[in-house]
This record gives sequence, structure tokens and C-alpha cells, in this order.
Amino acid sequence: MDIHEYQAKELLSGFGVPIQRGAVAYTPDQAVYCATELGGWHWAVKAQIHSGARGKAGGIKLCETYHDVHEAATGLFGKHLVTKQTGPEGKVVERVYVEVAESFERELYLGIVLDRKAERVRVIATAQGGMDIEEIVHTSSDAVLQTVVEPAVGLQQFQARELAFGLGLNSKQVSRAVAAIMGAYRAFRDLDATMVEINPLVVTKDDRVIALDAKVSFDDNGLFRHPHVSEMRDAAQEDPREAEAAQFGLNYVGLEGDIGCIINGAGLAMATMDTIKYAGGEPANFLDVGGGASPERVAAAFRLVLSDPNVSAILVNIFAGINRCDWVAEGVVQAAKNLRVPLVVRLAGTNVEQGRRIVRESGLPIIAADTLLEAAQKAVEASKAHRAGKSK
Amino acid sequence: MSILIDETTRVIVQGFTGYKASVHAKERIAYGTNVVGGVTPGKGGQRHLDLPVFNTVKEAVRATGATASLVFVPPPYCGDSIMEAADAGLELVCAITDGIPAQDMMRVKRYLLRYPKEQRTTLVGPNCAGIISAGRAMLGIMPGHIYRRGSVGIVSRSGTLGYEAAAQLNALGLGVTTSVGIGGDPINGSSFLDHLRRFEQDPETEVVIMIGEIGGPQEAEAARWVRDHMTKPVVGYVAGLTAPKGRRMGHAGAIISATGDSAAEKAEIMKSYGLFVAPSASDLGSTVAAALAQNVTRRVA
Repeated sequence: MDIHEYQAKELLSGFGVPIQRGAVAYTPDQAVYCATELGGWHWAVKAQIHSGARGKAGGIKLCETYHDVHEAATGLFGKHLVTKQTGPEGKVVERVYVEVAESFERELYLGIVLDRKAERVRVIATAQGGMDIEEIVHTSSDAVLQTVVEPAVGLQQFQARELAFGLGLNSKQVSRAVAAIMGAYRAFRDLDATMVEINPLVVTKDDRVIALDAKVSFDDNGLFRHPHVSEMRDAAQEDPREAEAAQFGLNYVGLEGDIGCIINGAGLAMATMDTIKYAGGEPANFLDVGGGASPERVAAAFRLVLSDPNVSAILVNIFAGINRCDWVAEGVVQAAKNLRVPLVVRLAGTNVEQGRRIVRESGLPIIAADTLLEAAQKAVEASKAHRAGKSK
Repeated sequence: MSILIDETTRVIVQGFTGYKASVHAKERIAYGTNVVGGVTPGKGGQRHLDLPVFNTVKEAVRATGATASLVFVPPPYCGDSIMEAADAGLELVCAITDGIPAQDMMRVKRYLLRYPKEQRTTLVGPNCAGIISAGRAMLGIMPGHIYRRGSVGIVSRSGTLGYEAAAQLNALGLGVTTSVGIGGDPINGSSFLDHLRRFEQDPETEVVIMIGEIGGPQEAEAARWVRDHMTKPVVGYVAGLTAPKGRRMGHAGAIISATGDSAAEKAEIMKSYGLFVAPSASDLGSTVAAALAQNVTRRVA
């Protein structure tokens, strides 16, 4: 799960990471009110969307008057901000963060990630802020300082100190940077984060070290321990279909193609999508119905897949282990009544014969397939035929 | 022979009295697995499925001589249960549970390293379909009837894609020694490489198929080991060619976030290290058959 910058800063601040004073606003008038309350002469008005690289996309405005703040906020609200992380459709700005702006001497980068190779937490720092974490994690450049955390004891002060000295900070700055690094690590550990990124971490003229921007992502599997973090979820920043899917315990990812997929198991789902492509078609989505594919879940899966107007055929591929084919088949038959597109069903595994019989005896025009390839080929054909029929 | 388990392996079930664990334990016993008891804290002394229930893993081991456990404990407590099993000296722990926080797994893996290598617990999973030694024993949740006894070793991240492979082999008259699901989490107990090593040692296994997916460095690491150390032919497949970058595809670990994470890159690496790469998921069985027909013994570089 991702959260907004202002939420990330609020959390980090609770762990002792210094941040700039700021406030969140939902209207231009509120933004001006925030600026007056914060005081000072310069403010940054920052679009709050779940993405980095907002500055380059025009999502951050520096303002010198209340009038500027009002104009900046007016320009940002409702805007579809497109960054290199959002995809071409962008994300809508519904909140802005108004922050006291001041000049600074240096811009650094601090990142904390879960390193899959080491199976440990890795802390990364560079003397150049503004770079992408993807670029930094995989560079072996000497300019990138890294340290791996021993899980039994956690990040140690000396490790943070080594990073801080490595960044070329003076002794006053070092002690403040160490506090910031240790705080960010504790936030990562205690909140089940998968990433904490402070980019840039700035050093001011008077040697203060401040998180000027912050991004935190959380491990969905750890959220049960952190209800206050779960509450920060902003559904408006998520794909509405994916959010709906999550409510039913389904995993859905929308794609560009025309063949809707309903499959059990993430690996088989990906493999089925690949087989559709191999057979000359394009999958419209990834959808894993999971282990307990109850009729309600199957019905929800059909609704989701059909909510995509591009879908011109549906492929259901169930290899039942925990699931039972007969149970899944009942759900499919119920959901498939009055379907607007052709449906291909492939069942295998536990109780496959009963499942196939239910499909056969339903009287519905369901296209049955025995193997993965056959299912993919039939779905591709059915989709083409359906499109041809519609265009006539 | 087989790897990890056979019909003599004495198995306990952790989270034994829960609904899912009960359903699966019953079926595992019917398959021939030597289940000798279970653990549910607070229910020690009771009997369940006509087997003894213990409060702690240590008690269960002392009373039954168990060497392996099957874990169905819910995610918030599962990491703790795995560590308990390791501390009780079990050789093998197979965790089916999906949804364990990644940082819990990090601590679990660190905990396993407390023990010297020869005493260290092998953890399979979590978030996996488990282990089946065809016709002998099952420590998992797979549909047993599709696994014919034979000479193919399967190691797969995905559960259902592992079933798909077994079914395709079955249709070609080919059987399986052992199939291992290593699970779809970013940090898992054992890797492709860990099980390839075992298959290489197993006299009955003639060919191995490894089924990977997008995300993480394990497929590449295993493929390199195949080139350097494996004498048996290895078939590879990687799911997720159509997966978009940066999107999580169901499994917590299935996300392209770094160079080398994509299916195309991993398949390319497998090819370059001399694996037989299945061109699509519908060619898993036929590619294994082709590899067997060539009857090659790999020349270790």
C-alpha cells in the first residue's frame, strides 16, 4: 500500500525524522489558510498523488504570496498529473500539501528497501538527491553508499554514521543525519514498510537535516498490525476495479487486451495470459480468484472482468487443488447467465468430472476446453468472432 | 527414492485443530502420509482425527519422533510457529500459510541460521502448495491423483502451475519423483537452487523442471548453478511475459521492479546457461519429454 507525502512525513516525524512545517488542504481557500497559519514568506504547494517525480510533472509550485498559493492550488486541484511512475492516464490531484519553503545547501538521497537477494533490509544513501530508487539500487557505483542490516540486532549507529560521513557531512550535520537515518529505519521496521525513500534529504545553511520529500510503501501482509496506517489508504488514488477486487479477496490487474481472464492461482493466471498471447490474442486482465472460489467470489470476478468494455470473450481456467471443480462450476454457471460475451471454461484437478458435467448440463453456450492451449486458442477465436459479429 | 519426504517421514501438523488444517490433514493421511499428531497451543492432551494433540512442538517431537511439520497457522502467528519448529529440531517444515509479513520472514530466516548447517531446518514455503513425493507422501494441498510416480522432479513457485506441469506430464505417461512448491513470497524458506541440489543427488530423478515467475533473483541464481554443477537436464519456464512492469501479480513477490526481474530476461538467462526453456506454459510436459529423449548427461562446465 502507498500513502501520500504528507502522511509519510507525519509518520516519519513520529520517529524523530525532522520535517518542514506544513499542512494539507482540500480547496484553494484552505491552502491559503494553511499558508497564513504556517507563517513565513515562501511556501511550496505540492500536489498529493501516489507517485514520485511530481516536480518534473509540474506538481510542485513555489509561491511568494497568498495570491500565488491560491493560484497554484487552483491549478493543481482536479488536474491529472502524469509522471513517469503513474502511467499515461496520470493521477488526479484531490489534496495539496502547503509547506514552508526555505533555501538549503545540499540535496542528498536516503532510501531503505527490502533487499530480496540479501533477504535483509538495505539502507542506501547518495550525495545526489533526485535520482530514481530503481536506478540507485542496481548501480554498483562508488557514489552509492549502502549498508545491510543484520535482522537480529537492527541498524546500528555506526552504520548510520558511516553513511553520514561518507556523504561528506560536517560533524554537526553528521549527528543530525544519524538521527534521521535511525528514525527512518525504525519507521521502516516498526510499520512493516517495504520502502522508505527520503528524496531529497536536505542540509540547510544552519546545519539542519530535513526530509523535504518522503515516500513510504507498506507490506500489505503487515497492515493488520498497523490500523492507523491502513486508515491512510486513499482509494481515489487506486484503480477502482482493483479496489473493488480487493474487497472480495480477489487480485485484479487491468491490461490493454480483450480476453478477460478468471483463474485460480497467480502463477497459473500469468501463464494463462502468456498462453493467450502465444495463441495470438491479448489478455484484458490478470485475475486470481484464490483458493476458496465460492459462488459469490466467482460472481464478483465476472462483474469485474465485464466492467472492462474492451472484453470480448472470457476465459475461466481453474486447476483445483484446494478448490473443487464442481463448486467452481456452480458459481460459473450462475454467473454466466445472460452473458454479453462468449465464455470458454477449462477445468482440471479435484472433482473435474463433476465440474464438467455441471457446465455441460447447464444448457448455457459455454465453450469447454480440456487443456490450457486449447482454452487459449478457443478464447482467441471466440473473441475474434464476437468482434466480427458486433462490427457487422 | 524421492527428495525431502517419503512414506516413512513422521509428520506433525501445526495449527492442527483449525478447519483448513483438519480438512487437509485428513486427506494427507488418506494419501499415505505418516501423520503422527499435531500441535495447537491450549489443546494439548486432546485427540483430533484420532491422533494426539500437543501444546508445543517440543512435546510433540518427544512423544512421536516427528521429523517434519506441515504448518497451517494463520499469518500473524506463523513466523513464530516456524521458529518453534526449528527450535524443536525438526528437519523439514512446510508452511502453506499465505500472508506472512515479509519482515517476519526475514527474522525467521535469520533465526534458522542460528543452527549449524547439518542441524538446520529446511523450510519450504510459505505461501506454497507444499511437497508431494508421488505415491508416497504429501506435505501440501495439491490434488494427489494427477501425480503419477516417475522420474521427473518439479520445483515451482506457483502451486497451480506446478499442477499444470504434473498434469501435462501425466498425459504424456510421465511421472514425478517429488514436486516442491517454494511459494510466491518475496522472502521464502528455500529457493530453486536448494531443491535442484537435492534432485541432482536423488538417483530416481532423471530430469528436473523448474517453474519460475517474474520478480526476484532466484531463477537466475539457480540457472547459473545448473550450468556449473548439474549433470541432469533441467527444463525451465518463467510465467509473466505479459505482466506489466511495477504491478504486483497476485503473489507478494511477483513484481517487476528491477533489471533481471522480467520473464523474458529470466528465460533468456536460463537459455544462456543451457536449460531447455519451454516456449509456453502448454509445453511444460512436451519440453520435459524432449529433454528426456535426448538422454543427455550435462557436461559440467
